[in-house]
Amino acid sequence: MAAAALHRLWQWFDSRMPTVAAEWRKHASEYYAPKNFNFWYFFGSLALLVLVIQIVSGIFLTMNYKPDASLAFGSVEYIMRDVPGGWIIRYIHSTGASAFFIVVYLHMFRALLYGSHREPRELVWIFGVLIYLTLMGEAFFGYLLPWGQMSYWGAQVIVNLFGTIPFIGPDLALWIRGDYVVSDATLNRFFALHVIAFPLVLLGLVVAHLLALHDVGSNNPDGVDAKKLKTPDGHYLDAIPFHPYYTVKDLAGAVVFLMIFCFVMFFVPEMGGYFLEYNNFIPADPLKTPPHIAPVWYFTPYYSILRAVPPLFHSQFPGVLAMGVAVLVFFFLPWLDRAPVRSIRYRGTLYKAWLAAFVIVFVILGYLGTEPTTVWGQFHFDAFFLDTKDIATWVARLCTIVYFLFFFLMPWYTARDKVKPVPERVVYH
Amino acid sequence: MNDNEKPDPKTNRARRRLVVATSAVGAAAGLGAAAPFAASMWPSDRARAAGAPVDVDISRVAPGELAVFEWRGKPVWVLKRTPEMLASLKAVEPRLSDPLSKASEQPKYAQNEYRSAKPDTLVLVGVCTHLGCSPQEKPAEARAEMGADWLGGFYCPCHGSKFDFAGRVFKGSPAPTNLVVPPYTLVSEGKVVIGEDEKTKGA
Repeated sequence: MAAAALHRLWQWFDSRMPTVAAEWRKHASEYYAPKNFNFWYFFGSLALLVLVIQIVSGIFLTMNYKPDASLAFGSVEYIMRDVPGGWIIRYIHSTGASAFFIVVYLHMFRALLYGSHREPRELVWIFGVLIYLTLMGEAFFGYLLPWGQMSYWGAQVIVNLFGTIPFIGPDLALWIRGDYVVSDATLNRFFALHVIAFPLVLLGLVVAHLLALHDVGSNNPDGVDAKKLKTPDGHYLDAIPFHPYYTVKDLAGAVVFLMIFCFVMFFVPEMGGYFLEYNNFIPADPLKTPPHIAPVWYFTPYYSILRAVPPLFHSQFPGVLAMGVAVLVFFFLPWLDRAPVRSIRYRGTLYKAWLAAFVIVFVILGYLGTEPTTVWGQFHFDAFFLDTKDIATWVARLCTIVYFLFFFLMPWYTARDKVKPVPERVVYH
Repeated sequence: MNDNEKPDPKTNRARRRLVVATSAVGAAAGLGAAAPFAASMWPSDRARAAGAPVDVDISRVAPGELAVFEWRGKPVWVLKRTPEMLASLKAVEPRLSDPLSKASEQPKYAQNEYRSAKPDTLVLVGVCTHLGCSPQEKPAEARAEMGADWLGGFYCPCHGSKFDFAGRVFKGSPAPTNLVVPPYTLVSEGKVVIGEDEKTKGA
């Protein structure tokens, strides 16, 4: 009875708004995805899951948070101590921020592995890089809100990055801050950008990313066209409907992910100072920079590049420029890569070696960015070219060079690489 | 439109011109509408008014001691330099990137070897010229941490810039210029007005 009534209700709805069923078919039950997806294909749906987690936990945080320089720090402590379940909501949100970047970095690495950014998926990639940039802005604005020492000085440094742009810089930084120093005005506007402006942009970009993907179809670990071959009765040989096959697979991934997420949230929410920095438990003090400041881990590779570049012509702009280029260069990846194959399975040793080098320097730069430049001591000799004797600075410089060579030499080494023959259809039958 | 009815090219051109003109006016209106939003992000009148000079009492600052005051929301340091500190300034000169403060910001009366109006009293804006962190004082005794040739000065914890006891930047630091000397007036022994001097008084 009830089932029949439900069915009639659905028919009533469907005859008035058939779009819902049509879109479901287009994007799920009849969206054909290659059947050989592996571990690396979990991170797209996990990113979506983290986005939902962040939006929901964020909404509940705003119910008790006060975007006022004299109240903000106290209101976060209030959420942690007095609001029922407040501590768990805040830890969900702070763990979610780091989880978001872990998932997104792995998702981007998947593209580098299997050539998912290559023709015809350039637009999917560009929307993805825009999502990454928006996420960085979102994380940066959000980090000021607890109004701790790291919040304050991190914002101070990053806003001043814009201040180094020739000619317009100082005015631009003033306009972003809304005051001569980071202050209540800055906190208030960062709150507005964090809770409404950037999330809206993010959601729009996610929709564009998915629509662009579903127009051209998903890539796969073999980098071949999985929809090329059909059976005589018209079914794809190598592609299966997203629902139920991949919805179920992604659910399994989500369960494992949430287990790890909950472990971090309950047992190590600060992650040894990497997810929540210790200095941020001290209220912001505009007159005193903490003895050691570093951004949260997901920004540290770029921060290392910023520190590594020495000033030129009495301007710190070259370092800022290098950092900006290090992020923006990702946009050009589909055109820098000239290999005739997509997947790393059929690429030669040159690309594999460069990709490995890139991952290694990215991790080293990331680590060095969390430490002071003196972490590895100093050289014990003098030379005319040693403008600084900090060993870590020189290692960071070397890594920065490798980082950029990975991109700028890519047209050369990918075209020259000895590739293997690509199979007709996906390897896993 | 009927099949036998051909569009008149003249009418078409006129229509296209109208569309272009309307779109242009619409775009201008859109820009105009965005202006008040963009303008609202500039510092408010209240924030602008908060930049007045401050009087500080330095009579109790002992030689070798650093006092921190707030001016325009920024830390301003007053350091009473000892003879050893002053002597270190000459010794570090070859290792500085702008020893004569030619590319740096300071009032005329502070563009000298001590970067101060009175040799022992150093007044500096305690904000790194790199990206705005506040450096820390590292005395000559911090040699173990700062390197064997360290004679004392300031160290920025954010990006590792090093400065001497006149706020002059060492080569190899990410900071491009020396620390800024604000306009100030030594009113009497023990009293300084920060943010005001002969030149700014007129303004």
